[in-house]
Order: sequence, then C-alpha cells, then structure tokens
Amino acid sequence: MTDGWLVKNLRAIRGRAYPRVIGAGREPSWIFFEIVLPLFTVAAYAYIYKFMDARAELIGYVVLGGAMTAFWLNVLWNMASQFYWEKEIGNLQLYMIAPISRMSVLAGMALGGMFSTTLHAASTLLIGTLLFNITYQLVDPIMLILIFTTTLVALYGMGMMFASMYLLFGREAHHLSNLLTDPVYLVSGFYFPVNSLGTWAAAGASLIPVTLGLDAMRQLFFSDVSGDGFLPLNIELLILAGLSILFLVLAKYSLSYMEYLGKTTGRLTLRWQ
Amino acid sequence: MHQYAVETQSLTRVFTPKKREGEPVNALNSVDLKIETGELFGLLGPNGAGKTTLLKILCTLLLPTSGKAFVAGLDVENQYEDIRTKINMVSGGEMSGYGLLTVRENLWMFSQFYGIKSKVAKDKIDRLLETFGMTDKSKAKLRTLSTGQRQKMNVIRGFVTDPEIIFLDEPTLGLDVNASRIIRTFILDWLKDNPDKTVVLTTHYMAEADELCDRIAIIDQGGILACDTPERLKKTVRMNTMLSMDVTLLKNREVFQGLNGVGNVSFVDDSERNQTHVKFVVQDDSCVSDIVSGVLDQGSKIISLQKTEPTLEDVFIKMVGKGFE
Repeated sequence: MTDGWLVKNLRAIRGRAYPRVIGAGREPSWIFFEIVLPLFTVAAYAYIYKFMDARAELIGYVVLGGAMTAFWLNVLWNMASQFYWEKEIGNLQLYMIAPISRMSVLAGMALGGMFSTTLHAASTLLIGTLLFNITYQLVDPIMLILIFTTTLVALYGMGMMFASMYLLFGREAHHLSNLLTDPVYLVSGFYFPVNSLGTWAAAGASLIPVTLGLDAMRQLFFSDVSGDGFLPLNIELLILAGLSILFLVLAKYSLSYMEYLGKTTGRLTLRWQ
Repeated sequence: MHQYAVETQSLTRVFTPKKREGEPVNALNSVDLKIETGELFGLLGPNGAGKTTLLKILCTLLLPTSGKAFVAGLDVENQYEDIRTKINMVSGGEMSGYGLLTVRENLWMFSQFYGIKSKVAKDKIDRLLETFGMTDKSKAKLRTLSTGQRQKMNVIRGFVTDPEIIFLDEPTLGLDVNASRIIRTFILDWLKDNPDKTVVLTTHYMAEADELCDRIAIIDQGGILACDTPERLKKTVRMNTMLSMDVTLLKNREVFQGLNGVGNVSFVDDSERNQTHVKFVVQDDSCVSDIVSGVLDQGSKIISLQKTEPTLEDVFIKMVGKGFE
C-alpha cells in the first residue's frame, strides 16, 4: 500500500527540519553568535536601567526581549532569506520538482528553526536571568505556552511568506533583512514596553507577531503589576492566532505565485537565470 | 494510443529579458521529439544549444512559451504534480545539499521529499554508496567531498527515488576519467536492470553520447538538427571519410582543390615545426593516391597519414558547419 499525501508530506517536513535540528549543534561558533552576542545588547540596556534605578521588571523585560531577538533574527536570516540561498546552491529546484507540497519544505524549515532557536533563546534567557538576578512571577503557565506557541506560528508564518517574496529581490535580499533588524527591535519593543511608543505605533507594530507575543509574555512573566501591557492577554492571543492563519495563507499564495513566476520567467527558481 | 516516455510537439521557449537588457532569446524553436520508454536518449549540443532549457521544461521547472510537452503521457503545463512523482533530475556541477550534514544524511533528507520510508531509503542509500565506492564517505560531511565524490552523491540522490524517468543534465561535467566512467557504467547497468525506465541525458561530450545513448538528438540554437542512433548518424557522413596528414610545409595548395573524390580540404600551418596539418574529406579511397602524389610532387614529405572513421563530432560539423566551442 502506498503512503498517503499526509504521510509523504510529514516525511518531507521531517526531512527539511533535520538539517536545522542536527546541523545547528555541529557548528559551535553559533553558541557565540546566537547566545553570547545577544547578551551584550541585553547587558547594555540592563545597565542603563540599573544606572537609572528603574523598576526591576524592566531589566526582566530586556532579558526576555533579548531572548526573543533570536527568533526574529532566525526568521529574517534563516527563513526569509533562505529560499534565495537555496536557489543559489541548487536546492530550490530540487524542492520544486519533488512530489510534495512546497509548504512542507517551508514548514520543515520553520519547525527546525523553531527547535534550534528555542534552545538558543532559552540559553540567553537562562544566562540573562542568572546574570541580572531576575525574579519571575508566572501565574498562568498554560497561557504562556499558548502565547509562546502561537507567537512562533505567526512569526514563522510571516517568515514563510517572506521566503517567497525575498526571491523577487534576488541578491538584494540581505539588505532587506538588515533593514528589518534594528527598526523592528525598536517598534516591537524588544528592550522596553511597546506601549511606550503610543497606542497607534504599538498597534501598527502588532502586525509583527513578536510585538504582541513579547508583550503578552512580559505580562505573564511579571504579572503586569505596573500596567505595562498593551492589550489584554486574550485579545493578544486572538490577534496572534489570526496573524498565524493570515501569514500561513499568504505564504501558500506567495509560494504558488513565486513558482508560477519561476516557471514563466525562468529567473526565480533556476540558478543563474 | 502509444505512450512515449517523453513527447514534445512544436515546443518553443523564448526568454524575454527585462527592459533594456537585450533582445528576447529563442532557447527552443519548435522542437518535436519522441522518446520511447526504456531508451537512453541523448541530447547532444554545444553550450547554449537549448539542452538544459528542454530538460527544465520536461522536469516541470519551466513552462513552454508555445507547443506541448508530455512526460509519461502527462502534460507539463497542467499535470506537473503527477509528473513529479515519476521523475528525478541530476545536474553536472550541482552543489545541492547542506555542508554540515554527512553524505548519508543529505541523501536521506532528499529521499524524504519523495516520501520514502526511512529504513527503505537508508538501505537503498547504503547499497548505492557501495556501488559508487563511496561507503567510506557515508559519514563524511558534504563540504569535505571532492568534486567527483560530490557528483557521485548527486547521481545517487537522483536514483535513490527510483524514478520512472530520470533527466541527467551533463552528469559528468568537469569530472576526471575515473569518476565519469563509474557514473556512465552505473547508468548503463541501471537501465539494463530496469528496462521499463528511461534516461534522458544531455551532454556536450561526443564520446559519452556515443558510448551511452540508444538514440541521440543533435541540438543547436534551439532546434533539433538530427535524431537517430549513433551508428546511423555516423553513417550519414560515412561516405565522407576523413584523411588527416601531417606534411612538411606545403607551398601549393590549389592542386588539391577539385581533385576527383575530394570534398572539403582544410590546412593548418605549424610554422614552429615547419609543418602543415591537412584534413581532407574524401568520398572514396581512390583519390588517396592522387592526394599523396600532390604532396610529393611539390617536394613535401609526408610525416604522418591517418584515415579516420567519422565520429559524432563529424556529424555535428556536417550539420552545423562548425565544431563545439
């Protein structure tokens, strides 16, 4: 009996996730780049808050934000830019001719990325917590798991959508990733409560899933005693779920469009063309 | 109705560059091809002839501008999902895979995109690695492989999914003699063991096409110039045997023009060695004595003389009017 469509695609997801899950551990330099480096920025903000004698939870916000930067960077450089690099080394055309949904390839990339980045982010969080003696007051772990998971789905859904769109930019894609790094740190409030930017700016930034995800996790980890939260948790969870669906649907359509363009113009999926 | 492994009807592909980046390029011009199941079919042509474009269309990576293409009886335009279950592709100089993974892991990963069960895939990979003499490299990281080893891995990647039709785009490009021989032997053995499968191969190596292919299509500037077995193609120039001579520098060359039974003549002077290399296309052997007399009568000496049977290169030169660049 031949395996069904779902089983085949699940195998494809596992296959594509594998290099990210296994490969990440084979490059020790990543420990420095993905765990130690973010701690420098975290430390800089934390010392500013300490110097200003700011509220203790603000340093906690910074540590949590610093940990979440790993996901944003992973989405930009290992999801959005990935198809461009896959095209250059010749993998993309092999994905395209495989008898599976191209979304499985993206899903494998996303799941593998989530796994390895969660390890990096957890390490940053742990070291930051110990270094700055952060105290958490977690009251609703189930909600935290829901928020974290939904944030990742929405965030990587966005990365899946970007993956196809970035192909249109060719070798200029890395400029786009650079452009989306520091400005997003600012508007998504990686190192301060996002509602400090004002309601409209925070609402606009909420299109980037990590904005609401981070805000919700801060509310959960620190019980939001100071009222720093932008929106109520349930609303944030609902919006994140909506963004997850939106980005996954857009990812599917942009992937189909990219494949169509590739087949008609010959420039997107084939090397050197 | 008879179903071909591959069939194209007036297949045309035009690449339209972006504005101000040049003129449209006709990569394929009304190509008609029929490839039978079980054939090892070669597309022979120089760089830029349209071989890869044709293969990309058949592999469902490109759409035709006009005309039709069918693979296993399925239309590449609207049945591409079904075609993809039946095919695979390997390109020469391919850099696919991930350098951090081992050879075996890379092969396993690609097999998963075809939904092959892990154990089945791993057993098959091990067998193929052994066939290619790569067992000792199975745990080597991809980035440590030489060009030849990497290409052998690419070939294994293509065959591990057991495709009905495999497209090989210059599979021995840039490889040394030994690696090329291993790949060529494997392709022949695979087809012998699987007579219901089909191999479509592009190459610009004449000897490779001659050695491997049941039939060959000679392609240039997007058009098929001839399509037949290597033997029959060579027969088309058999009446024109080549006679190559190295002689001391020739003074009078006009004596050879218009000799009975002599077709084209070409002269290449080597002033350093004070020699002339002469190539005659002769229609029959009777003119050989006249050629020899023509050389000796003007005081030149014959250093070497060789009569050569036609090769695919001669076929190509006859059809295109020039050799491969």
